[in-house]
Amino acid sequence: MAEPLLSLDAVSQVFHTRSGQVHAVDDVSLDLEPGQVLCLVGESGSGKTTTARIAAGLTKPTGGKVLFQGRDIHTLTGVGFTEFRRAVQYIHQDPYASLNPVRDVFGTLATPLRRHRIVRGREQAWQKAIELLSEVDLTPPENFLTKYPHQLSGGQRQRVAVARALTLQPRLIIADEATSMLDVSIRISLLNVLRKLRDDLGVAFLFITHDLALAKYFGWHGTTAVMHQGRVVEAGPTPAVINNPTHDYTKALLQAIPVPDPDLARLRRVGT
Amino acid sequence: MKLKKELVVRVGGGSLRLLAIPEALMRSKAGFAGFIVFVLLVLLAIIGPLFTPQLVTDVNAVYLPPGGAHWLGTDSEGRDILVQMINGGRPVILVGVLAGAISTFIAIVFGSLGAYLGGWVDSVIVSVTDIVLTVPQIILLAVLASLYTLDSPWLLAVILGAFAWPYLLRSVRAQVFSLKEREYVEAAQLLDLGTPHILFREILPNMASFIMMNFVVTMTNAIYALVGLYFLGLAPIVDDNWGAMLNKAWTRGAIFFSDSLFYVLAPIIAISILQLSLVTMTRSFEEIVNPRLRQS
Amino acid sequence: MEPILSVRDLVVEYKTGAGPVRAVRGVSFDLYPHESLALIGESGCGKTTLGLALLRLLPKLGSTPSGEVLYRRPDGQVVDLLKLGREELRRFRWSEAAMVFQGAMNSLNPLLRVRDQMRDTVLAHRRMPGDELRRLTEDVLRKVQLEPDRVLPAFPHELSGGMKQRVLIAMSLLLDPQVLVLDEPTTALDIRTQRAIVDVLHELREQLGFAMIFVSHDLPLAAELADRVATMYAGRIIELGGVRDLFYQPRHPYTVGLLGAVPPVFGDLPELASIPGGPPSLLSLPSGCPFRPRCGHAQADCETADPDLIAVGPGHTAACHHSDRVTFQRKAAIIGTPDEKVSSDG
Repeated sequence: MAEPLLSLDAVSQVFHTRSGQVHAVDDVSLDLEPGQVLCLVGESGSGKTTTARIAAGLTKPTGGKVLFQGRDIHTLTGVGFTEFRRAVQYIHQDPYASLNPVRDVFGTLATPLRRHRIVRGREQAWQKAIELLSEVDLTPPENFLTKYPHQLSGGQRQRVAVARALTLQPRLIIADEATSMLDVSIRISLLNVLRKLRDDLGVAFLFITHDLALAKYFGWHGTTAVMHQGRVVEAGPTPAVINNPTHDYTKALLQAIPVPDPDLARLRRVGT
Repeated sequence: MKLKKELVVRVGGGSLRLLAIPEALMRSKAGFAGFIVFVLLVLLAIIGPLFTPQLVTDVNAVYLPPGGAHWLGTDSEGRDILVQMINGGRPVILVGVLAGAISTFIAIVFGSLGAYLGGWVDSVIVSVTDIVLTVPQIILLAVLASLYTLDSPWLLAVILGAFAWPYLLRSVRAQVFSLKEREYVEAAQLLDLGTPHILFREILPNMASFIMMNFVVTMTNAIYALVGLYFLGLAPIVDDNWGAMLNKAWTRGAIFFSDSLFYVLAPIIAISILQLSLVTMTRSFEEIVNPRLRQS
Repeated sequence: MEPILSVRDLVVEYKTGAGPVRAVRGVSFDLYPHESLALIGESGCGKTTLGLALLRLLPKLGSTPSGEVLYRRPDGQVVDLLKLGREELRRFRWSEAAMVFQGAMNSLNPLLRVRDQMRDTVLAHRRMPGDELRRLTEDVLRKVQLEPDRVLPAFPHELSGGMKQRVLIAMSLLLDPQVLVLDEPTTALDIRTQRAIVDVLHELREQLGFAMIFVSHDLPLAAELADRVATMYAGRIIELGGVRDLFYQPRHPYTVGLLGAVPPVFGDLPELASIPGGPPSLLSLPSGCPFRPRCGHAQADCETADPDLIAVGPGHTAACHHSDRVTFQRKAAIIGTPDEKVSSDG
């Protein structure tokens, strides 16, 4: 069996507040296999965002280890750390804050490309930027390269953020509620872009969301872990977790979700 | 989509339509007016002296009122005031720009480093800033003036610049504190772009108008301080700059005679116009620098 | 039965740097007593503006240059809310119709305790002696399943998001209004809290019988709470009908697109699709039907004429020239709980 790409090993994050210790993340262990999707589902305060940030190496856990290809990322230095940093990228929730407002799309994409010598010179950077924008379905790419973030819609900005994450050829992308601030009708298109990346480029995904329906759609062929109060209460193949939950919390969550079906909604209400 | 071939230049990670700058300048009428006046003053100060006649000391023409030969009258040595006005701008503006540049540079580099790196680096920087803030500027200048001859513009600029940066550093530091939490900064960290790049190519460009404004304000302060130095006699008079004119007007009692009014007023008016043009010019800065405002 | 609220050709305009923009471009609908109407749409469709305009709560730069909002008083008299004077409007608001704003986080004054805010609200509209007021506030909090002793002396930051939303709902009920307008009542709340709010609203409607208009981008919420649904696009209502009509037999391509973009949590992996493109800028609407650039059914006549709402069934209208061609396949309508899966093709 292949070694997991990224592993969270009994990870904890404890905050010390005046009212005592808060376990934002409590003994969480997760494995991310290459090319696979892991959906992390939970309500606010469940610890899913903190877990995502720990996995991305943005926050150091107070307990446990984060292993990248078997090695603890917080012991890595130099080349080792750079390898991790490039392999694991992150997409933020807020498309209006994750792009630098004084940079146009070309600047945003070219900067990492040139800094890490993936391309040499402006011409190559331009070509590569066009490739990346095509990869995220922002076409025709030339139209977008000179645009500034405030000239783009939320959905377009998120795609630019995805393209930026792709510049270093990552093997894992952590998407933290990447669709929550987008309109309903365009969420799916962003998810389809991510799916394409998984299919074409073999990128693995850690998909954080509070929306179980989205987790189901995106992670159907992968696994889903449900978090509650800092712990993983249920984890397994997505169809099983969503259609046949075993833990009470998961069941309660599923019961609470509004369904786009008036008859079913009424039935459930009358039934309870 | 319009296919107009536009003059586009790549600047600091973004593309800048060259025509956008004058367009943006003109959007704020006050800003544009300030800019024009400033440019004219600078041109006058730099090029003017090449065309002015030699100053002639004429004992018979002392304190002449404005008239045909001397448009603004003469000073206590019979020399034309208008000529002195034109000649006198360059040293003042030059030192002002240098002092502004030096203090802005110090404030930006250390303010942003302190805010971004935190820890002991920040503590050291803040402590040094506090110490410099508490030093009484005038007294130290007086001491320095008595120990050294403050005649070179570079020396003056360095001294003035050395006092002006603490306030600016604090503002820069506060701004960077806030900006470094932004998500695009975190994205840059995730892309391993390196601290110098993140500071100077991601964060600071977002503070561009703030920095420009602070540079202008520092410059105006330096000019006042410089004129003050000359006026108080702490800096030796080596040429006929505006501050020197004020000093002579004061020490030679020009303020007591109505005939010599212009000897006092001319430099004051010149300095005031310069400062005013600088300050109003800053109104256009936000327009130039903010991409959202730059596009129509 | 006569409608309690009738909106006729309402237009709402905002002054912007680029000239006046019509956020609502001629909306008409009726609201009947005890009925719940959902206004569903995405960003920029004008639904929030419409909600605010109904009770004349638009910001300074907004205005209603034309149209009517006709309200039927309990005594049968019909008034145009847009023409009410300040004093009449003040008496109207809160006692006849009340608004529950979006973002429970920001709508409560952080410096006042809940009981003081509730008291201020009542006293702004009516005179009431102290102990009657106290009983009223306690009553109304119990109606939304909150403990008066816990909530009344509290400051907003001491309450959770769900509790704050319920306080807002309670406050809107203080003077027993006939009509409640809610703007995104469940956005930014946890799933289980959302469910609690939905349940509370159901109960309240049963108990108190008010009519309700709620604005949301959350389509499933409409299935849960609404009797009738209107979908909005580019400042207009483009489909209006009973909740079953809209969810099972939508006749406007945009409604179909919305339904197709919302993944149901039950059942097998659904085929979902986004609607390509994005909502149009209100400053430069496409000619003819504003949805045309994104519509799979677009024909030549869609470019020339902006369609009006035409009847496509009893009590069901859609603004589409080709609504007869619009179909929607509902896959796997599941009956029962996730445990008993009986799927049928709808």
